[in-house]
Amino acid sequence: MIFSLHTQFLRLSRLAVAAVVMFLVVPARLLASGGGSEGKFNAGEVIMHHIQDAHSIHLIGDLTLPLPCIVKTDKGWDFFSSGVFMDEHHGFTRRYHSEKTGNTYALVHEQITVVEGADGHMETAHADLHAAETAPGHGEVHAADSTLRAEAAPEAHAAHSHGTPVTDFSITKSVFGMLLMLALVVFLFVRMARAYQKRRGQAPKGLQNLLEPLVLFIKDEVAIPALGKKKAMRYLPFLLTAFFFIWACNLLGLVPFSGGFNITGTLSVTLVLATMVFVITTVSGNAHYWGHILWPPGVPLFVKLILVPIEIMSVFMKPAVLMIRLTANINAGHIVILAFTSLIFIFAEKSGAAAGYGVGIGASLFMIFMYFIELLVAFLQAYVFTLLAALYFGDATQEHHHEEAHH
Amino acid sequence: MEGLLSVSVGTVFWASVAFLVVLFILKKYAWGPILTSLDERSQSIENALNEAEKARHEMAGLKAGNEALLREARNERDRILKDAKDIGEKVKAEIESKARENAERLMANARLDIENQKKAAMTDIKNYMATLSIDIAEKLVREKLTDAERQQALNQALAAEIHVN
Repeated sequence: MIFSLHTQFLRLSRLAVAAVVMFLVVPARLLASGGGSEGKFNAGEVIMHHIQDAHSIHLIGDLTLPLPCIVKTDKGWDFFSSGVFMDEHHGFTRRYHSEKTGNTYALVHEQITVVEGADGHMETAHADLHAAETAPGHGEVHAADSTLRAEAAPEAHAAHSHGTPVTDFSITKSVFGMLLMLALVVFLFVRMARAYQKRRGQAPKGLQNLLEPLVLFIKDEVAIPALGKKKAMRYLPFLLTAFFFIWACNLLGLVPFSGGFNITGTLSVTLVLATMVFVITTVSGNAHYWGHILWPPGVPLFVKLILVPIEIMSVFMKPAVLMIRLTANINAGHIVILAFTSLIFIFAEKSGAAAGYGVGIGASLFMIFMYFIELLVAFLQAYVFTLLAALYFGDATQEHHHEEAHH
Repeated sequence: MEGLLSVSVGTVFWASVAFLVVLFILKKYAWGPILTSLDERSQSIENALNEAEKARHEMAGLKAGNEALLREARNERDRILKDAKDIGEKVKAEIESKARENAERLMANARLDIENQKKAAMTDIKNYMATLSIDIAEKLVREKLTDAERQQALNQALAAEIHVN
């Protein structure tokens, strides 16, 4: 038994290492083409590009999935695929003219903007730069990175002045990943629920065995200690949904070849989650909760004058901290891994290919280590978010007699 | 960096809508049934455990009862055995004493009989002696009457006859 577990673990860890190595090799090739042929390698730009939201999913090499764009301008709504921006080098440098609204759109810094001129050809500084890049000698430059370098170049900033940003309701990479993970969560748990109804009163099986400990963990270790048995039931649907949503999104961000999702590292997504925590806390806050915030009992008047503003601030700070913690942690993990990948190219550029390979071995080993830590962080951050949300709800709904004990 | 810290209206919109829809669906079709089933199951497990505990208590009670019964039965058996033994002893003693008494009585009777027989024999002997003596005296008297000399010889013969006894 022990032996088979051990071999299974070995097989799994070997698989994980192989996956990580493959994951590292691909962006490495991609980055290498950028670093080698086009001046200085800018690690900061590369990293920022990889963790920002995008209008397409860059899977591997030239394989890029376009995503639907939904934009609103003062002339109305436009729906199109981000593929319309893709040029022959798989860069997003083309313009798109909409017949419906008469707008011409361009993708600048991953932002859809309305630009002057009606046709689909490039005439801005952005386009000139692109032309320069694709001049002879730079033919093999990877297209996706050309946009990146265009942004880095000072002339590219001129492109800003040419466009006015639109209200962007596009299904971006983060939105797409989020919808995917929500669909997965719905699929898994609705199936699990059906198993419970079908096998009422029987021992759990299959999917139930996998997910039940997690559900029980949130119920018994998070919700009930923070809220008490009775109130826990009221908040459990939100807590469970938030936990599994965050965890699934965190994990998707770690899947190699999936396009480098960074859903929970996107501030807009964590903002929504934090806002929901804020709304639920505020709505369910009882008289006792607000009493403690607005007129803390058993405190001298002058202390109250200091305490009350702080308490009111904390009402907003608590969810804000939830938002920032989650975003920062997930981004930090991605940045560390990307930074170590970049290290290889920085060394290769400064001291030759041999140094790059040498550093590559060390960096890869460290990245494998980081990957395991990231798997832990993915769970931990989902847990921390859920736990703190439960504690805030518990604070807001605490009964009076509870508090008297320690006054 | 501004891309990282900026908030996109579209993403916020989609995230809110998608999350709320999923929350609603899961609440209705997943969390509700799952939490109810888990609750039911933990309830039924708790009940089963309680019942098992109760059954164990009952078993312990039964066992104690059985043991008490057994102990009682054993005591009863011991008592009966002891009684039987006592009765046996008593009967034995009684029989023995009765037998001894009987024997003594028989011995006494026998002794009395012997005494009586002896007395009867003595009387018979005495009677016989008397008869004999009378016979002798009769014969003596008859001889004396005939001859002095013969009388003398007869006397002597008679005396010798008496010696036989």
